[in-house]
Formats: sequence, structure tokens, C-alpha cells
Amino acid sequence: MAAIELKGTVKTYGAITAVDGLDLEVPEGTCLGLLGPNGAGKSTTMRLLTGQAIADSGEIRVLGRELPARSKEARALMGVVPQLDNLDVDVSVEDNLSVFARLYRVPDVGEAVERALELSRLTGRRRDAVDELSGGMRRRLLLARGLLHRPQLLLLDEPTVGLDPQIRTELWALIDALRSEGTTILMSTHYIEEAERLADEVAVMAHGQIIARGRPSELVTEHAGRHTAEVYGPPERLAEVRARAERDGLRVRPAGPAIAIVGAERAQNGAVPEEALVRAASLEDVFVLLTGEEAE
Amino acid sequence: MRESPEGVRMGRLEWPAITGVMSREVANFRTFWKATTFSSVLEPVIYLLAFGLGLGATIVDKVDGLDYVEFVGTGMVATAVIFSSALPAMYGTFIKERFQRTYDAILAAPVDVEELVTAEVLWIALRSAVYGCFPLIVAIAFGLAPAPGMLIVPVFCFITAFGFASFGVATAASVSKIDQFNYVTTLLVTPLFLLAGTFFPIDQLPDGAQVVANLNPLYHLVELVRHAAFGFETTDLIRIAVLTVFALGLWRLAVARLEKRLIN
Repeated sequence: MAAIELKGTVKTYGAITAVDGLDLEVPEGTCLGLLGPNGAGKSTTMRLLTGQAIADSGEIRVLGRELPARSKEARALMGVVPQLDNLDVDVSVEDNLSVFARLYRVPDVGEAVERALELSRLTGRRRDAVDELSGGMRRRLLLARGLLHRPQLLLLDEPTVGLDPQIRTELWALIDALRSEGTTILMSTHYIEEAERLADEVAVMAHGQIIARGRPSELVTEHAGRHTAEVYGPPERLAEVRARAERDGLRVRPAGPAIAIVGAERAQNGAVPEEALVRAASLEDVFVLLTGEEAE
Repeated sequence: MRESPEGVRMGRLEWPAITGVMSREVANFRTFWKATTFSSVLEPVIYLLAFGLGLGATIVDKVDGLDYVEFVGTGMVATAVIFSSALPAMYGTFIKERFQRTYDAILAAPVDVEELVTAEVLWIALRSAVYGCFPLIVAIAFGLAPAPGMLIVPVFCFITAFGFASFGVATAASVSKIDQFNYVTTLLVTPLFLLAGTFFPIDQLPDGAQVVANLNPLYHLVELVRHAAFGFETTDLIRIAVLTVFALGLWRLAVARLEKRLIN
């Protein structure tokens, strides 16, 4: 059974169509990475799933409950980790957790709080106000708060946005542990590496729709082939290489200061210049080709 | 939660959701109760000294047969109620909604806007029921005779504060910028507070002002508190009914406004 099912979901805000006939299924026990540039509709999709946005049309089911009518029951069974920190900053770590344990109707609040403190490794800081915690600690607390009631489904909205690489890796380990315990996860992100590392499947979202979906390796093979050739050089040289490659029907994308010729293995007689650095095709290539935007 | 059987529906206005949200308010209140309580106790003392003793000793002797200290001391209960309910609800709601994103966090849990508003308003009303008594206690210290009827004053304060807290939530959910509260305070809160019969009796005002005063919930609270101290009248039942209707009406308005703001 699918933990999340959206069918033909449309959500507009005035003249802006944030979600445009979205079809999306997340099978139970899997981690789906929702990858897309800013404004693709990822956050709106998350808000639709928590009942904080009401779709104009289409069907949404979460854990078998139809939304928005049974949104409250669905919310009781899922955990949500928001993109923006919304902890109570003046209040202690412990109180932040116990309030949400009550909101989630956890039978043993004390036990749930202890477990969350251990998970976030904040047992020693339990009486400190959230204000006094570092950014990484706050993120861990935010994650632990969403897990107080042992949810079947976890929504992670850009879980590591704006964090140091080291803290990011630490959070990835926590998320990975949940995944191996069988928690269904829907994670929106615009970090390619995050999707690659954590997601069983990746769905690429643009303009309110899913434009590609599959296992990261499948997506790469399907959309980017096997090899990508990166060419560095002055702009005139890059324009020349681009024109040459495109004449041969190869796809070229910007890659920071360089350009990348995707599907380089299909290149013939000099379409890939000798100075090019040939590497394995990546999810990033797919992302940029499909969305037209450079990834982070 | 994993074990919860399929098909169990969750109802409206569930007590665990309401108490859960209130427990958040209590946890936050523990961090600032001293400052709030200090000003709530000191304010009526200052007013009583300034108006009661100052005005009472020099110009006014008796108002409606009461010593001016008795008159103002009982009247100031309403002042304490509106300033400890409407304003905290306005600012608190706006800050939690806009700046702290607290409501986003709460609504991601199994809590509906109706429960959220009810919890916020209930908590503020409970607080106001306590703060509303401080002027009365101060007035007793200044010579007001205690009366058994005063024991019901917290209930009157609670009902009125429930309405004004709801008014604050509805206002916060309707403005786009926090500065707009200035219009509300100047054009609505201050006139309501002045035209409640706290500092001067309403019945000496022109007819038009008397009609307006009768539409002012605070005026009915002032009258109820005075009657609690000096003897109830049968028309007090109407006043209680007016306050109850005011409280329930504004509560529904607050739910509707905040729902519109938060769920979109």
C-alpha cells in the first residue's frame, strides 16, 4: 500500500499555480526524495500533506486517510520536520519535547521525552533554553520532536538546509537509521547529494509536477547516459565546444565555470575535445538537464 | 499511535489537544510571569493613588454614593481584564503566527485551528481571571470592605477576558503588519477602557454615550464587579448573558479568522 497518494492535485495561490496536477505515490517503507529547484512546489506539497494547505482539486490520501477530511488522524500518525526552525526558543529543551508529546497524545510523556533526548544527544542540555543551543543541536531537536510518537511516516522538508557539512552528515546518519527501521520518508531537498545518499527513489519536481522518477542510478542512465565530459576554458572556447557538441545532438549544460557534455559516450569524431575531463554521469546532470537550473 | 485501529475518527475540540497547547503557554509563561505579574499588581496601586487618593481628596468626594477609592478600585478590575487579555492575545498571536512560526509546528500535530484558538483564549482568560482580582485586593488594602459576592468576580473576569482574548486573536489574524495594532488600540481598546464607567459614572453622560456604553462589554463587567461588592441587582443576569454572548461570538470569529490565515 502507498503511504502517500496524490492524484491530479492542483493548488493555486492567486495567479500562481504552485502544484499543477501532481500525481505522486510513496510506497510504505521507502524513502522518496523530492528534488526540485526553489519554487517547484515542494513546500506546497508538504503543506498539502499536513492539511495546512487545501487543494483546489484532486485526491490526497495519507496512510489511507482522505485529506482534508481526515487530516487530523493522518497527522497523528506522521511526523513533520519543517524547513524553518519553529522551536520555542525561550523554553527548555525538555519542555519543547513534552509539549509536543502531549499534542501527539503519547501515553507516556516522560518516556517519550527521554527517548527523544537520547536520539538528539541532548540529555545533558535538557534544562537549557533552546536559545542557548547551536544550530546543529537545534536541528537534531527538531528531528527528535517529530519522532516523539514513533510515526509511521516522516515528512522532512529540506532537512539540512543551511547546515555545515559535518552537521549535515550527522543528520543523514539519523535519517538513514530511521529508514532502515522501516519508517516511510518523504524528503524534499534541493541538495543532490542528500537525495542520492538517502533516497530509495528520487522524484524530480518542476513547475508543480513530477517530471521524472526512479532510483537515482536508473534516472542517471535514462536521462544522462554513462559519461559526462566537463570542459573548462574561456567563454569563447566554451561556446565553440557547445556549438560543436550540440550539432552532433549531444546535450550540454552549464556547470559553474565550465560546461558539461552529457552522454559523452555517444560522441563521435571530436565532439568532446581532448582537454575535457570525462567522469561518470551523475544525478546532478539529470537534475540540471530536466529542470534547466543549476543544482547546489 | 501505531496501534490505533483503522477508521477511528478524531473529533472536534479534543481535550488533550487543548491542554497540550495550553501546556506550551504555561511553559512559556514560566519564563516571563514575574514581569507581567509585577506590572499587573503595581498598575492598580498607581491608579488608585493617582485617581483615588489624588482626585478623591481634592475634587470628588463621593460618586454614586461610593467613596472614590471604592468606585475606582472596583472599576479597575475591568481595566486589568482588558489589558491582560486583548493586548497579549493580539501581540502573542501575531508573533507566534508570523515570527516564531509556532502555529505551523502545532498544526502539523493532530491539532486543529479551533482547538488551537480555544486553548490560547482559555489560557489568557484564566490568567486574566487572576489578574482581574489584583485591583480588588489592592482596593481592599486601601479600605474597600470585603464582601462575599466578590468571590464570583474571577468568573465575571474569565468570561469577559475570553471575549477580549478572542477579539485579540481575531485582530491579529486580520492585520497584515504589527504596526496596525496601533489603530486598534487607539480607536477601539482605549475608548472601550475609558467609556466603561471605571473613572466616572456613565449615567451622567449624554444619551448617545450611554447607548455606546451599554454596547461595551467592559461596562457590564464594571457594573457586575461593583454589584458584587455592594449588592447584586436582578438586571445583572442580563449583563452576564450579554458578556457570555460576547465571549462566544468573538470566539467563533477568532476561529474563523485564524483558520483563514493559517489554512490556505
